[in-house]
Amino acid sequence: MMDTPFNAVVPMLCVVFAALAVMMAEAFRGRDEQMALGGLGIVGLVGAAVSSMLLWNRNASSFGVIVADNFGLFVTMTLVIVGVLTIMFSSVVVRRDGLPAGEYYALVLFAVVGMIMMATANDLLVIFIALEILSLAVYVLTGIRRDDPRATEAAFKYFLLGAFSSAFFLYGIAFTYGVSGSTRLDRIGAFLAAQSMSDSPLILVAIGMLLVGFAFKISAVPFHMWTPDAYEGAPAVVTGFMSTGVKAAAFAAFTRVFLSAFEPFSVDWAPMIWILAVATMILGTVVGVAQTNVKRMLAYSSIAHGGYLLVGLIAANDVGKAAILFYLLAYAVTNVAAFGVIALLGTRDAANDELRDFSGLWHGRPALAALMTVCLLSLGGLPPTAGFIGKWYIFSAAVSAGYYGLAIIGVLTSVVSVFFYLRVVVMMYMEERDPGLAAPAHVGGVGMVALVASIVVIFYLGVLPTRVLDLAAESISTIF
Amino acid sequence: MPETLIFYALSGFAIGASAMVIGQRNPMYSVMMLIASFGALAGLYVQLDAPFVAVAQIIIYAGAIMVLFLFVVMLLNAPKEDGSEWDRSHPLRQPAVVRLGGLLASLLVVQLGWALLSARGLGGGVAAFGDAETVSSVRVLGRVLFSEYVFAFEATSILILVAMVGAVVLARREGEGS
Amino acid sequence: MNGWLGLVIMIVLAVGYAGVMIGLSLLLGPKNPTPEKLAPYECGMPAVGDARERHSVKFYLVAMIFLLFDIEIAFLYPWAVALRDLGWAGFVQLVTFFLILSVGYVYVWRKGVLDWGPAARVRHPAERKAA
Repeated sequence: MMDTPFNAVVPMLCVVFAALAVMMAEAFRGRDEQMALGGLGIVGLVGAAVSSMLLWNRNASSFGVIVADNFGLFVTMTLVIVGVLTIMFSSVVVRRDGLPAGEYYALVLFAVVGMIMMATANDLLVIFIALEILSLAVYVLTGIRRDDPRATEAAFKYFLLGAFSSAFFLYGIAFTYGVSGSTRLDRIGAFLAAQSMSDSPLILVAIGMLLVGFAFKISAVPFHMWTPDAYEGAPAVVTGFMSTGVKAAAFAAFTRVFLSAFEPFSVDWAPMIWILAVATMILGTVVGVAQTNVKRMLAYSSIAHGGYLLVGLIAANDVGKAAILFYLLAYAVTNVAAFGVIALLGTRDAANDELRDFSGLWHGRPALAALMTVCLLSLGGLPPTAGFIGKWYIFSAAVSAGYYGLAIIGVLTSVVSVFFYLRVVVMMYMEERDPGLAAPAHVGGVGMVALVASIVVIFYLGVLPTRVLDLAAESISTIF
Repeated sequence: MPETLIFYALSGFAIGASAMVIGQRNPMYSVMMLIASFGALAGLYVQLDAPFVAVAQIIIYAGAIMVLFLFVVMLLNAPKEDGSEWDRSHPLRQPAVVRLGGLLASLLVVQLGWALLSARGLGGGVAAFGDAETVSSVRVLGRVLFSEYVFAFEATSILILVAMVGAVVLARREGEGS
Repeated sequence: MNGWLGLVIMIVLAVGYAGVMIGLSLLLGPKNPTPEKLAPYECGMPAVGDARERHSVKFYLVAMIFLLFDIEIAFLYPWAVALRDLGWAGFVQLVTFFLILSVGYVYVWRKGVLDWGPAARVRHPAERKAA
């Protein structure tokens, strides 16, 4: 690849062009004309993946604010995988539910653009704009089924609280700029390291506000209030997309901001995140046990997973940083696939996402039941799946950094969480199917291909993790 | 001296207009008063040597956002507030609620007073970057926006595009589902 | 502050002119109101129903689109002031910005958001062929 000043934005541009093409195609589409708009999106995402591979190890940067270092590229690849899987599951759902196809795919692609931008941005202002791009797209996707009052309510709640948290985030940026005179992360870091500002309350206010903004996006307790409702109300594919993509992008930016710009103040923010992590792990697990709706249960589970990721952020040693990347990938693939199964089980009129809808699934849809089992085991962190390696890696990072308490709480909550994952598995295999329930929907070819592909990835990451672990370790060596 | 006079005139106008926003029974008049208040604020920004903020205040807030407000008022078809429905039984008229509101209001006043009085001390942490002349110039702003922040600027177009698609998706008319 | 004197004078003139006109017509105009004259004008017919009708959500959509393009216009102001310093690079930057947004413009146009009457709805190619 040639070295031009625009190299670092190429992956993003591929997706932007795909999204624009989808919009144009939708604008000029005949009324009943069918178009493979999802395929167009996949082409763009594959372009992003290829360009990310070409940029690997090159440390390209564009406009001074977008850096395609290995860290950003690793997250970009994760996001591309999330995007491709989402589009594949969506192709079934969009047709089934009669969603507006062009707008749907355009919004998914724009959200991916925002996520990639957020993961590769080296400037607080760009991170904010990226955050807004992905948030706006996801708010609309949450409420895209306008005939469903639950979805509308979820979108509205998500939007109001999200706008509130964005305000906090922006206020934090303003304070940071006021103190350091820049929005670039490297300059802020250099300024803060050179200056002994420990007596200035302003920078602590700034850190606190940015922390609130990020904590909201990764739904860390106590900023998780929107999560169960938004995740339950949104269409299941969208839930899978936002519980992984938004979280991965937000974590990438979170890690970058706090471990580069605010590194000099880690003594101040580490205890805050410690409290967040513990509260998140415990609440996500304990409340998850009480849920009877599978989507809501997975919402609490994803809150708990955010807590495990925070543990990696606190540990902040080399193992911890690489573990965040690996865990993000493992969690993203698993969670998208799990929500994909739920999405494929639903019909236009019934979501089929209650726990009892899964009873006896093994007898009706053995393939789906088996795939769901693998996803749940991986979320629970049982070997030989991706989730096990991810958790192992995170907790060993915590132990080697001396955070024994965190590691113990993490392991204990993982054990408890296995209970509610296994409950679904038991329902699927042990129970007889309630004859009163509607038969689960038939699953189209594309959806099945996506499911099988994600299962292969889950096992690959679980059995032969070395290669990806090396890549993750390589990623963090370039920065921080 | 005239600057001080203008400042007090504009501030008084802004406060008066804002008070009338919440004092009106007709939501349409409230919106009009809000526009007046924004106009006065724009004048204050000019006095603070922030002409771009003043122009943005007029173009975006007093212009576009107020048009949106007006349309929403018309869309919701909010009638004049009746005295009868605003009686003692309203949940916001319960004594506990009133007391809590009063407490919060007085807290706000105390906080504002404290912030204003100790502003000098808190501002000490803020570094000064350039004098007012260079910071306020729209020309300098344009130069910075289109050099250092050019990527953020271009990214904004994507943001606006997403908002556009979102608005069309969420507000499309019934019966146009597919 | 001095650079703003012209603007202040213009505002004073505009408000003063409008005020004087309204005041003069109040003072000098003849007034003999009858109920018919005071009623709102509705095509010369007696008014039917309430003026406060619920507006279509279309108005809201148009307002929303207007807001978005208005934000775009706000960026033009600093660009225009600094154009001489920016040169062609600045020009290209703004054109890129506008190109991306023009995709949105074409999109809302083709989606029929800008159409008002039911007859003016965008006709799709298939319909056009049939007609």
